[in-house]
Amino acid sequence: MTTMTIAKAINEGLRATLNNNPRTLLMGEDIGPLGGVYRVTDGLIGEFGADRVVDTPLAESGIIGTAIGLALSGYLPVCEIQFDGFVFPGFNQITTQLAKMHSRSNGNLTVPVVIRIPYGGGIGSIEHHSESPEALFAHTAGLRIVTPSNPHDAYWMIQQAVDCQDPVIVFEPKRRYWLKGDVDTESPGASADPFKAHVLREGTDATVVAYGPLVPVALAAANAAAEDGRSVEVIDLRSISPIDFDTVTDSVKKTGRLIVAHEAPTFGGIGGEIAARVSERAFLSLEAPVIRVGGFHMPYPVAKVEEDYLPDIDRILEALDRAFAY
Amino acid sequence: MGATHLPATEFDGTGADDQLEAEAEAVLGKPAARMVQLLGPDGTLGGDPVFSKYAERLDAEKLRGFYADMAAIRRFDQEATALQRQGQLALWVPLTGQEAAQIGSGRASQPQDYIFPTYREHGVALTRNVDLAELLRQFRGVSNGGWNPKDTNFHLYTLVLAAQTPHAVGYAMGIQRDQKLAAANAAPDQPQEPKAAVMVYFGDGASSEGDVHESMVFASSYNAPVVFFCQNNHWAISVPSTVQTRVPLADRAKGYGFPGIRVDGNDVIAVHAVTEWALERAREGKGPVLIEAFTYRVGAHTTADDPTKYRGSDEEAQWRAKDPLERLEKYLRSGGLADEAFFAKVRADGDDLAAYVRRTTHDLETPDIRSAFANTYAEAHPLVAEELAWFEEYSAGFADEADGAAN
Repeated sequence: MTTMTIAKAINEGLRATLNNNPRTLLMGEDIGPLGGVYRVTDGLIGEFGADRVVDTPLAESGIIGTAIGLALSGYLPVCEIQFDGFVFPGFNQITTQLAKMHSRSNGNLTVPVVIRIPYGGGIGSIEHHSESPEALFAHTAGLRIVTPSNPHDAYWMIQQAVDCQDPVIVFEPKRRYWLKGDVDTESPGASADPFKAHVLREGTDATVVAYGPLVPVALAAANAAAEDGRSVEVIDLRSISPIDFDTVTDSVKKTGRLIVAHEAPTFGGIGGEIAARVSERAFLSLEAPVIRVGGFHMPYPVAKVEEDYLPDIDRILEALDRAFAY
Repeated sequence: MGATHLPATEFDGTGADDQLEAEAEAVLGKPAARMVQLLGPDGTLGGDPVFSKYAERLDAEKLRGFYADMAAIRRFDQEATALQRQGQLALWVPLTGQEAAQIGSGRASQPQDYIFPTYREHGVALTRNVDLAELLRQFRGVSNGGWNPKDTNFHLYTLVLAAQTPHAVGYAMGIQRDQKLAAANAAPDQPQEPKAAVMVYFGDGASSEGDVHESMVFASSYNAPVVFFCQNNHWAISVPSTVQTRVPLADRAKGYGFPGIRVDGNDVIAVHAVTEWALERAREGKGPVLIEAFTYRVGAHTTADDPTKYRGSDEEAQWRAKDPLERLEKYLRSGGLADEAFFAKVRADGDDLAAYVRRTTHDLETPDIRSAFANTYAEAHPLVAEELAWFEEYSAGFADEADGAAN
């Protein structure tokens, strides 16, 4: 067991995968001598050289597009998109090319490209640096999407993403990059399957599902609710595509109430998808409608008001109140 | 006919002249003067200080082969158009007029090279030994890619314009790394793998897409072994190439720092020579080249298009006079390189090919949607499994009804 931050855990995970497979390579803007704007690739170019830690031209479509070509020629590229809001120049390559290559080749071709995207708000940044666009990718068949909430998952998920034959987007909770935790670099343990949700805290009265940056918020809300005598179960979804509906449904059958929290706007989001599935699978177990806690239907607001936009402990508690009052 | 100018292949300050040429071209409707041509429309072979030596590598058998390939793919094109008209294909994308650009460049590639086509490269597919019946699967609606690219190093057609150009550069970056890994691991006396390059096709319309720009920036930055082969067929559906560019497309290469060459795309000998030069250069590690094959889409964009709405028949007639097959036929006949029996055999082979394509198109198997479930992901996926299970149950309900009706 080693204690490290999420950023360091991803750095160590990348180092491990570069050591384990000579065909792994990293590519992105400023990931070389600078080590990335969040220093996630710090030191790697010195250890592995510029052929394997590739500073690219400033062109996201070019990054994803050339990564597809590298994957077709047998390499395992890990792309860094500098910020969530800058992925869209590469959106065409991700959705029309990367996601469909295996299908349109009738299974003959695989494109095991990994795309790392720091996402989410709460860092007081300027426009385009605080967004949560995961639903736009989750809607696209052919992609897998994971998001770690703690250093141990971060260390293993990045390696599991590289090992996966399908394209995987790793959404990294940027405001938690400096969150510390224990990492077992010897064994993933319970994190062996990156596409499985984790029950982080057991409860009997309500379930709160969260992922990425909101997992610590959900846990804190559950602690606060416990002071009011409410036993809240907390699930870290971990994988956004596929979603581990079994774990969520089992929990709801036990608790009868479900809150889904994410930073992304609720409309057309992951919370709505979970609500729909749960209503299909556990309708008679529900004591209240599934309630979503998330961003508003607006462009991500300016930093000075982002606290009013982002779901926090009180917003989750308010949703719990509504669920219990129903 | 056949006089040529050596194109500027490095920075030489001729950009201003090119601008004037382009403006002259826009006014006169004539191609810029600076274009590599070896075999003129009248069938006489000219000289070129750089590329003639590549043309000299071509013996009579190879030249007859070029003719046979061009005739075969034109016959195939006619047959596919007919199949679309008969309702056997959903759509067809004709290539007539571009045979020399495609056969000349495709025949310059080697088996170890990897080719990324757009969606009109039926002639290149022929040179890569793709079964032309398999090529029709996409247009019949039974597959989104009818062949396995690993068999021929000929990638699937890409319909999102220019999206394949960065793929080609990435593949070329992979080749660079393969060579380094092989060199690091090779025993001293181990025979070397043949060096490979990548060639990517796109058109004058796609040249306006951002992916072409980004891929050329990447290719130049990493000196990737890739040849950009632009078929300027003058029309992006209904929009003329003058809307895409006001300078010869080949000249754009200068801005990226690698050579750009305009070649007469209806001259199979010149196209082959220029492409062979570019691919050899790329394989030797000297970096990318942009080739602009100056040609013309004689037919419609697709079988759903109507060129009479946007261009005059006089323009088509002008280009038919530059027909790539006719000029090679003239050259082969006048030089005594092919006799009447050869041309008769080419016609007979074309009829056989057409019959084969007709027969196999009718027989192309409609896939089961279960294969789409199976191929969405490479690894097991719970949502796909759940939806497939539902589909099986749902479908089984209809089977019961059918059984009931039969009883």
